[in-house]
Amino acid sequence: MSRPGYCPHTPEQIREMLEIIGVDSIADLFAVIPPELRARSFDLPEGMSEFEMLAGMQRLAGSDWREIVPFIGGGCYDHIIPAVVDHLAGRAEFATSYTPYQPECSQGTLQALYEYQTAICRLTGMETTNASLYDGGTALAEAALMALRITGRKKILVDGAVNPFAREILRSYLANLAVEIVEIAPAGATTDRERFFAVLDEETAGVIVQNPSFFGGVDDYGDLAAAARRCGALTIVSVYPISLGLLKTPGEMGADMAVGDGRSLGNPLSFGGPSFGFLAVRREHIRNLPGRIVGETVDRDGRRGFVLTLQAREQHIRRQKATSNICSNQSLCALRGLIFLTALGREGFAELARLNYDKAQYAKSLLGAIKGVSLVTGGATFNEFTLKLPIDAATVVEKLLAEGIAASVPLGRWYPGMDSCLVVTVTEKRTREEIDNLAARMEEVVCS
Amino acid sequence: MAIYFTRDHEWVRIDGPTGIVGITGYAVEQLGDITFVELPRPGREAKQAEVLCAIESVKAASDIFAPVSGKVTEVNARVESEPEIVNQSPEDEGWLVRLEIADVDEVKSLMSREQYEEYLGGLP
Repeated sequence: MSRPGYCPHTPEQIREMLEIIGVDSIADLFAVIPPELRARSFDLPEGMSEFEMLAGMQRLAGSDWREIVPFIGGGCYDHIIPAVVDHLAGRAEFATSYTPYQPECSQGTLQALYEYQTAICRLTGMETTNASLYDGGTALAEAALMALRITGRKKILVDGAVNPFAREILRSYLANLAVEIVEIAPAGATTDRERFFAVLDEETAGVIVQNPSFFGGVDDYGDLAAAARRCGALTIVSVYPISLGLLKTPGEMGADMAVGDGRSLGNPLSFGGPSFGFLAVRREHIRNLPGRIVGETVDRDGRRGFVLTLQAREQHIRRQKATSNICSNQSLCALRGLIFLTALGREGFAELARLNYDKAQYAKSLLGAIKGVSLVTGGATFNEFTLKLPIDAATVVEKLLAEGIAASVPLGRWYPGMDSCLVVTVTEKRTREEIDNLAARMEEVVCS
Repeated sequence: MAIYFTRDHEWVRIDGPTGIVGITGYAVEQLGDITFVELPRPGREAKQAEVLCAIESVKAASDIFAPVSGKVTEVNARVESEPEIVNQSPEDEGWLVRLEIADVDEVKSLMSREQYEEYLGGLP
């Protein structure tokens, strides 16, 4: 109590409240919790003044991590963010993290989200989407739940080459449902199609694949989508949005749903901070789509306006029978995604994708030529690829970190037997010098 | 063809071994403009008073319960594309599903039209 700070109660008020309920001290309130379960110490430093804290944050901002050149991907990517994104998204009219609770009063917010939905549909080649979800992993899980609802079946097939974090979220979401998740282990670093076709049957609700895969491989899942359709199952393709500037969209592959994480679209890495997820589907599935949907309409004078639509799917109306417990969205992050896409435009976006591809190809040719290093992803890749090193990948990552390079993600953590494999990511932000330096340092480390 | 009513405002019209199910004029008045009807898949079985399908109106979603136990043999696909016909003609063109009736004796627990009208009169 030496520094009350923002504590709302005075010691007198606390004593008064304790007297009324007949307890001697605050500690007595926790008496029912066994002592071994009580917090002993939060190990927090002493309080600071505003200016001490600011100086501390500036120290942090200027510290070593900024000097490290990242070649890390695995779901979070270091992309450019045009200044216009911060500028527009910072406007007070827009600065909300949710769809408003009296939505139609906020026509500007609704229009922005409507435009966002349009952008996501164009990006994925799908017909309809919602106003965004929490992140890519939860969007994937919501898509799986949709497939289960639509088909009335109980089995989900998921490719082992789907991001392991997303698969973990999927398992958490489905853990307490009578649902079977069949994980199809990849054959090397590619989708094991034979196994998929063998397991896919008329009991299957949904098939989940990712493009590019967690290993970086680019594929066309049109054959899988067609086979799933013949069995009455739905195909969910998880995508890395930036890649869609160059690659076939889920819509073009005949998928029923496209999901992904929107961080790459104008949202900073922020140590893993807020992102948004998208889930876009064919129009026939709109009634089963969770979350908020913004629609266009006219008011009684015939003027264009925006509303939240089809709300009977949602839990404030349908209660326990709602499509999902999702009752809001990631407005601000989705707005940043929209501004990012709009600022780049169709051509700029394609150019961005192309830069990622070209730079990664360059890095792939240098790294793949190092003695003892081979490419695991032999076919087409986008801006990520998997290398097999002659030594343990985690050791290499650690040594390169000391040289100021975050060399990326060792695969042994998720894939047994791949301890010497590394997924390397090269975004448009990496320069030729940085790539050359990575190759030179990597050669030193693996050949020493 | 005999018609029976439930306290939840569904009707069932007996047609040989099957029953045609819909909602009553009172129900559509209460619901307002119907925007969507979520029909069951043919083959679905429901026991008496179990949820059969759902109807969405402008501001609400309501479950429709099976007046008698049975298996869905046919659905009125027209209400999917033109849900307004449920408002316009709830007891005729706006029918919802046809059930293969499991136990015809169950209609004894339902109301006749006269009883239903009397029941409506007693509602607040």
